[in-house]
Amino acid sequence: MAEKRAAGAEPGKEQAQQGGSGRRGIGGILARSLTGTGPILAAWILLCVVLALVAPNFLEFDNFTQIVVQSAVIGIAAVGMTFVIITAGIDLSVGSIVALTGMLAAISMQGGVPGFVGILVALGAGLLIGAFNGFSTTYFGITPFIVTLAVLSMGRGLTLAVSSGQTVFGFPASFTFVGQAEILGVSLLVWLTLAVFAIGYFVLSRTVFGHQVYAIGGNREAARLAGIPVRRVSFLVYAISGLCAGLSAVVLTSRLNSALPSAAEGLELQVIAAVVIGGTSLFGGRGSMGGTLVGVLLIGTLNNGLTLLNVPPFWVQFVQGVVIFLAVLVDALNRRRESRAG
Amino acid sequence: MTETALVMEGIDKRFPGVHALKGVDLRVGRGQVMGIVGENGAGKSTLIKVLAGAYRSDDGRIVVDGEPLEAGSPADSLAAGIAVIYQELSLVPEMSVAENLFLGDMPSRGPLLDRREARTRARRLLARVGLDNLSTGAPVRSLRLGVRQLLEVAKALHRDARILVMDEPTSALQSSEIQVLFDVVRDLRQEGISVIYISHHLEEVFEICDAATVMRDGAVVGSRPINEWTTESLVQAMVNKRLDSLFPSRERELGEVALEVKNLSLEPRVRDVSFSVRRGEILGLAGVVGAGRTETLKTIAGVTPATGGEILVKGQGRKIRTVSEGLDSGIVYVPEDRGTEGIIHSASINENMILSVLDRISRAGFVDGGRYRSFGQRLRERFGVRASSLKQEAGLLSGGNQQKVVLARAMATEPSVVLLDEPTRGIDVGAKSEIYEHVLEIAAGGGAVVMVSSEFPELLGMADRIVVLRGGRVVGEISSAEADQEKILEYATSGTEENGAETDGEEG
Repeated sequence: MAEKRAAGAEPGKEQAQQGGSGRRGIGGILARSLTGTGPILAAWILLCVVLALVAPNFLEFDNFTQIVVQSAVIGIAAVGMTFVIITAGIDLSVGSIVALTGMLAAISMQGGVPGFVGILVALGAGLLIGAFNGFSTTYFGITPFIVTLAVLSMGRGLTLAVSSGQTVFGFPASFTFVGQAEILGVSLLVWLTLAVFAIGYFVLSRTVFGHQVYAIGGNREAARLAGIPVRRVSFLVYAISGLCAGLSAVVLTSRLNSALPSAAEGLELQVIAAVVIGGTSLFGGRGSMGGTLVGVLLIGTLNNGLTLLNVPPFWVQFVQGVVIFLAVLVDALNRRRESRAG
Repeated sequence: MTETALVMEGIDKRFPGVHALKGVDLRVGRGQVMGIVGENGAGKSTLIKVLAGAYRSDDGRIVVDGEPLEAGSPADSLAAGIAVIYQELSLVPEMSVAENLFLGDMPSRGPLLDRREARTRARRLLARVGLDNLSTGAPVRSLRLGVRQLLEVAKALHRDARILVMDEPTSALQSSEIQVLFDVVRDLRQEGISVIYISHHLEEVFEICDAATVMRDGAVVGSRPINEWTTESLVQAMVNKRLDSLFPSRERELGEVALEVKNLSLEPRVRDVSFSVRRGEILGLAGVVGAGRTETLKTIAGVTPATGGEILVKGQGRKIRTVSEGLDSGIVYVPEDRGTEGIIHSASINENMILSVLDRISRAGFVDGGRYRSFGQRLRERFGVRASSLKQEAGLLSGGNQQKVVLARAMATEPSVVLLDEPTRGIDVGAKSEIYEHVLEIAAGGGAVVMVSSEFPELLGMADRIVVLRGGRVVGEISSAEADQEKILEYATSGTEENGAETDGEEG
């Protein structure tokens, strides 16, 4: 009985999954990666249609790449955050990791190191801070919320300390090219963001590690009893999140050609919002990289559209809040329907 | 016993797949101590939860002191004078004795707490349960379990309880503490308070109860004054022989010893446990709740690393400190509680089944999609999981099908030793017989099986040999030829003199 009702509850999802797994090639992968993102994908398309009708220039190709470019910082950090949230964790420190690692890279380049070393400094520092988060939660058993909240504060404080509160600017071209170069007439940032999402998608859905991430978020104790190295995997997701934040820092710093002590303030909340809008459950076990991509694009498109329509900036924030609320509401209603069916 | 204090009539309760209470009648007199006995899963706890208002019954009525009780919430039951002391005590360890006694209704004067009044009243309550010397300011965390138990009683008295339900109150107590508890129960009886006493320990029931009610399969099968019962007749009534036909017989050959544990310990729950299992053999582990059965299995599997002793697989000593070391040694554990330890609700059936063999269906860390699905398909067919698709979420399956999924996950690792913990708990009879078939097939295929079960017919029907645990120790071993339920119960509940003395020394 329960099985039949359950299957009937979400026929669309079931079909989408079966349809997706049958197809091969780019189209098949695209279809699979967007599985389960139905409502949010529809919402994004609807938003695009509305904006195309009311906003001049919205449909232009350059505008679309602009949306992705503007979403790159949030998007790349959101890839790492998706891993963390699927394990039922949270990483509040990404904003301050972006600021600190960007600042460290900027200062070391001021000190004369070449651009690629500056990039490595940001990535390495991000990875290290992420590893600290992971180590503290898994081996000392401190709640992720608290650990990353503390690191948020430490990171922001360190950023101010090492920069003496000053903006650092003027970097070698071997660094700034990240934010300015184009490949096939499209900004490198677009390619980079899509590449990070593609890697995130493959790791999450195709690797042993990815399967373990879902299992831990779904039921930690069951995963442990099934022989999954729960600690190692939980540790790694925070390290990944830190690494992604480091890459976000490279993107932000190179685009602005400067490192601000107050950079990326509150970024973590936008990142978490994008992941949650994309259908990843804060309770863990459910979510997808495709969903996060759509969530990031939705926020980016919204910002872009409201700007095109000359909406005052404070309304932008309000509308963002409404979208987050609606996304979580849809998730909660789905959940309730499922638990009734089960 | 003159007046009737409590009447429960035709109480009926169904859960998905389980008919937990089948028209239960219970009558308790004022100042009567009523024992309720029965095997695990007989429906005792469900009945108590209905009485406490934690569950709403589907049918039937409850009358307390002549007043019908609309038992819908715990608050309604409390207001009617019903207090339940569960096995897991509900005290707040960080708070003081007085704060716990008056949790939620501290005496106050205006907006301020009246600490003096609280102390005086706490003293009075404590005196009623024989705790005259206990400091009202002591934090509960510093108290021994026996004292905490009495504190729970005092808390119930503060709420003017007239019907006190105690669920396995002695399971963590030392024998001297048990005597103190019994004295308090006798005093309460004098005051006209009725006590419902649930216990696995029949000797306690005979010592303290005025009457005993036996439950089996969700129904009352007998309720008589205590002097009309004997140990034999109680056990006979508890035991269920109906299931005998469920167990298919199958020829099995016993091979060499597959698993041997020597002096295995997990202080303080498992002590010096030794036994061995052969290939093709099914060994039953029997014992009451808290006897250390689950802990023994988890220790062997590496879920909780042993504090002492040896584990030998096929004659070779193994260090097993993690689940994956257990799996590498060919030992797999199938947990007791599907919901919290077995199933990953949000993941698909396929995902759930291959969780322990991800390394086998992947290359260089990448999962091979084809092998992922073919593995899932094979496991699903072998274990007969009924679902519309392998992609269906496992959390939406029935209990029986979930159990098959968990069993499939374990068997996918091709283990030589399979540890089953209550493999048929909470699933219906049809699914049970399927699980039995699978277990027998595992044994017939040369697997060594250790099975914990609280259902004696299941143990007797399946096991070749039964080891009985009590207080974390092996207290008996019975071959299937000479095993019967009376014998197991006798070992499990009373043990022998020296065993009794050993468990007495235990610190709670």
